[in-house]
Amino acid sequence: MLNWVWLGLVAVAVVVGALTGRLDAVTRAAFDSARTAVEIAFGLVGIMTLWLGVMKVGEEAGLVRGLARLIRPLARRLFPDVPADHPALGAMLLNIAASWLGLGNAATPLGLKAMDELQKLNPRKDTASDAMVTFLALNTACITLVPATMIAVRATLGSANPTEIVLPTILASACATVVAATAARLLRRLPAFRTPRPPASGDDREGA
Amino acid sequence: MSFSAVAQLVSTWAIPLLLLLIPLLAAVRRVKVYEVFVEGAKDGFTTAVKIIPYLVGMLVAIGMFRASGAMELLASALAPVTGLIGLPSEALPVALLRPFSGSGTLALSTELMKTHGPDSFVGRLASVMYGSTETTFYVLAVYFGAVGVTRTRHAVAAGLVADAAGLLAALLVCRALFG
Repeated sequence: MLNWVWLGLVAVAVVVGALTGRLDAVTRAAFDSARTAVEIAFGLVGIMTLWLGVMKVGEEAGLVRGLARLIRPLARRLFPDVPADHPALGAMLLNIAASWLGLGNAATPLGLKAMDELQKLNPRKDTASDAMVTFLALNTACITLVPATMIAVRATLGSANPTEIVLPTILASACATVVAATAARLLRRLPAFRTPRPPASGDDREGA
Repeated sequence: MSFSAVAQLVSTWAIPLLLLLIPLLAAVRRVKVYEVFVEGAKDGFTTAVKIIPYLVGMLVAIGMFRASGAMELLASALAPVTGLIGLPSEALPVALLRPFSGSGTLALSTELMKTHGPDSFVGRLASVMYGSTETTFYVLAVYFGAVGVTRTRHAVAAGLVADAAGLLAALLVCRALFG
């Protein structure tokens, strides 16, 4: 599906850009975005290194497993394929807690750590597991308790009550979160999205 | 103390406390904290670098799409339909852009608030829409990129359904509270 979305974006951009005479801008956007992407990735290096180190310390101390046990009742429903005290659950909990608090800097490294743990349980390394999709759906719908950036923008623009958007934002993102978990569960049954069987030994599928 | 003051306090304390408590508890359990930290930290660089191709691919496609003016075309084509559910046409581009670009949505919302005022209905709606969901395509590119997953199965569909739900909920909540 990502293949089609990607092709669609590029194709529409070039066709519409040609029709509206904005091909120059399209070209510039392509190069600028490529540079921005690398800047984002390199911007992650330091913070990623810090959190992976701290997470390893937490793991050795048994804290990440402890966290995993804490959310066992909920985790068993959302992620039935992940063993009850697996570190992936602890990392996912930390990631989601960090996003709730608006700690974007910590959330991404913790989320990537969680993906790394989920990948260890994944029988097909190039294909998303059910747990990964559920985790990402929850992530893309994430609740933020205090949308700090938006409050700051509203204050700058002279809003009489910059924080009046906090409650509506929590309600809307809570709604998105519930729908995310439900959609991840329902959609995986569709034939187009079902997991192929784990590769049998000697599978030499081309292009794998 | 108000709710947002409490939340603000938690945000300030969360990271320093984590950075203190995790190594402290580990040390109590006889973990060699510094050695283990370095051991875990050495994967930081490779993980960050591994997401580059995925992120470049995704951001380039989105950047080209936005620069071409296709978003405005799509918004004007959809305006009659979304008018039926009471979505102001000014806020439609914000909703359409939300799954693709966080900074773009923020810029658009700021622009709207400058024009209509932050306390107008459109201004409030754009503010709530911005916070109602995350940037789905960015999250998918970075998270799947870090583990090298290319077959994403129902992740795109689930993410977009959740975005639609969040944006629709933003509209309904704003109409109920500010309408």
